Amino acid sequence: MIRINGLSHHIGPAPILHDINLTLPRGKLVALIGPNGAGKSTLLRLIARLEPLQRGRVEIDGLDLASTPTERLALAMAVMGQQTQIASRLRVAELVGFGRWPHHQGRPRPADREAVENALEAFGLGPLRHRFLDEISGGQAQRAHLAMTFAQGTDWLLLDEPLNNLDMAHSRALMARLAELVRGSGRSVVTVVHEVNYAAAWADHIVAMKGGRIVAEGPADTVLTEQVLSDLYDTPIEVSRHDSRPLVLHHHWHDQLGAPYPKASDADRFPLH
Amino acid sequence: MDRTAATLIAALMALLAAASLVWMFQGIGGGNRAFILHLRATKLAGLVVVGAAVGIATVLFQTVAANRVLTPSIMGFDALYVLLQTGLVAALGVAGFAALPVAAKFLAEVAAMSLLAGLLFGTLLGRGARDIPRTILTGVILGVLFRSLSTFLARIMDPNAFAVVQSVSFASFGSIDAALLPMAALIMAGCVAGALWLAPRLDVLALGREVATSLGLRFDRLVLVTLGLVGMLVSVSTALVGPVAFFGLLVAGLAHGLSPSARHAVLLPVAGLIGAAILVAGQTLFERLMGQTGTLSVVVEFAGGLFFLFLLLKGRVR
Repeated sequence: MIRINGLSHHIGPAPILHDINLTLPRGKLVALIGPNGAGKSTLLRLIARLEPLQRGRVEIDGLDLASTPTERLALAMAVMGQQTQIASRLRVAELVGFGRWPHHQGRPRPADREAVENALEAFGLGPLRHRFLDEISGGQAQRAHLAMTFAQGTDWLLLDEPLNNLDMAHSRALMARLAELVRGSGRSVVTVVHEVNYAAAWADHIVAMKGGRIVAEGPADTVLTEQVLSDLYDTPIEVSRHDSRPLVLHHHWHDQLGAPYPKASDADRFPLH
Repeated sequence: MDRTAATLIAALMALLAAASLVWMFQGIGGGNRAFILHLRATKLAGLVVVGAAVGIATVLFQTVAANRVLTPSIMGFDALYVLLQTGLVAALGVAGFAALPVAAKFLAEVAAMSLLAGLLFGTLLGRGARDIPRTILTGVILGVLFRSLSTFLARIMDPNAFAVVQSVSFASFGSIDAALLPMAALIMAGCVAGALWLAPRLDVLALGREVATSLGLRFDRLVLVTLGLVGMLVSVSTALVGPVAFFGLLVAGLAHGLSPSARHAVLLPVAGLIGAAILVAGQTLFERLMGQTGTLSVVVEFAGGLFFLFLLLKGRVR
C-alpha cells in the first residue's frame, strides 16, 4: 500500500497541499477527484517522485520514497504524467519499448519484447506500431504513452489525467483495461480523473480533494453523494444510480445562468510566477 | 543495431575513407614523399578529430537541451576562447604570446573551458534549478559578457597585437598544430567512448525529465555528465581550429535527418563520421582541387547558417 504522512507542499508562496495523511490500498483502482487547483496532480507527482518532497513522508509497499534508489522505485511503480510531448522522433513501438527500460537497462530480452507486444495489443496499437509519434493524433499518442506505462509491468500504476485527448469509446476502454488490470492481475492503479462518472463507474476507492486537503475518501457510494460533490465543486450536483453505481448529473445548464463563477482555490489566489 | 543503420555507418566510413585517400595521395610528387605524407596525415588526423568532436558534442548538447536549433557555441564557449586569446595577447604582448609553450596553452584552454561548463551547469543544476532554458539563457548572457570583454581589450591594445588576436579568433581548418594532436585525439577518444557507453541512457534522457525519471533514470546526474563531455569535446575542437558556430548544427541536422533511428548508439557515430567526412572532403576540395581559392570554414559556416535559418523557418525548433 501507499502510506502518506504529513505531506505538505508549496510552490513559491502558494500552498498546494496541507498536511496530507492518506493510505491508498493495494489491488484497487483509486481515483483522485476534485476541482481545478485541488492539488490532485501535485499529490500524484509527489508520490511518483516527479517533484521533490518538501515536508512529509511517502512509502510505497514499504519503500521510503526519499531513501529508495529511483531505479528500484521504477520497478515498483509506473507513472504517466500530463506531458506527452517528446523531442525525439520515435516510432510507437519504440516508445512502448522504453517501458521495459527499468528491467533491461538497454539490453532487451525475449520477455521484454513479449511485454511490449502485449502492451501494443492491449491498447490497440498494433496497426500504428511503425508510425512516428508526430504522425499520429493526440489521442493515439496518449494511448502509446499509456501502453509504455502498462509495459513497465509494475505493481503500481500512477496516471495523471489519462483520459486527456481520448474520445468516449477510448476513455471507456481505458477504464475497463485498468479495472481488468486490478481485478485480473491484482495490480494497483491510482489515477487523477476530471470526469466524475468514470470514477463512479470504475473506481474501487475515491479520494476527493479540495484546496490542498482531502475532504472525503472511501468507496464510490460514500464519496459520490450530492452533499459531498456539491460542496466539492461549489455547484449544484444531483446523484442518480445506474447499474447499481452512482451516476452524477450536472447538466442543468438553465439553473446556472447568472450563477457566480466557482470560488477560487488557494492555488488560484496565489500567483505562481 | 538494425541493418539500415549499419549500412549507413558503413557508407559514411567508406566516404570518409575515400576522401582521406584523395587527401593523402592526390598530386603526390616524386620527391619528399615521406615528408609530404607525414604532413598530410597530421592534418588529416586533425580534421577527423575536430569534425567528430564538433558533431558528437552538438548531438549530445541537443539531447540535453531537447532542442535541435541550439549548439554548444550558444553557451559561450567560442566567446570564452576568444576572450582567453585576447586576454593572453593583452597581458603578454605579441612576443610573449608567441613564446608560450603550445602544449601547456592547449591544456590550459581545455581546462578553462571545461571548468566553465562545470561551474555554469554545476551551479545551475546542483541547486535544484532543473531548468534547461534558464541554463541556456545564462550561457547566452555569459557569451555576451565574454564578447564585450574581448571587444574592450581589443580597443585598448595596439594594432599589431590586435592583428594577432584577429588571426586566432576565426576558425582555420588549414593550420592545425601538430603538437596538440596527440592530446586532443586522446581526450576526444575518451569522450566518445564515454558517450557511446552512455548511449542507452541518453535515449531515455531524450524522452524528457518526467518520463526519464519515472523510468528510473538519474536525470540530473546524467545531464551533468553529458554536459561535461560536451565541454571537453568543444574545448578540443575550439583549441585546435578556433570557434565554429554553425558547423555543429549542420552536422547534427544531417545526422538526425539521415539516421533511421533516434538511438544514440546510431546517432553518435553517424554525427562523428559526417563531421569528419565534411571537413576532410571539404578541405580536399578547397586546398587541392581548387588551389586554395576558397576557405572551408567560411563555406561550412555559411552552409550551417543557411541550415539554421531553414530550421527556424520550418519551425523544427524541437
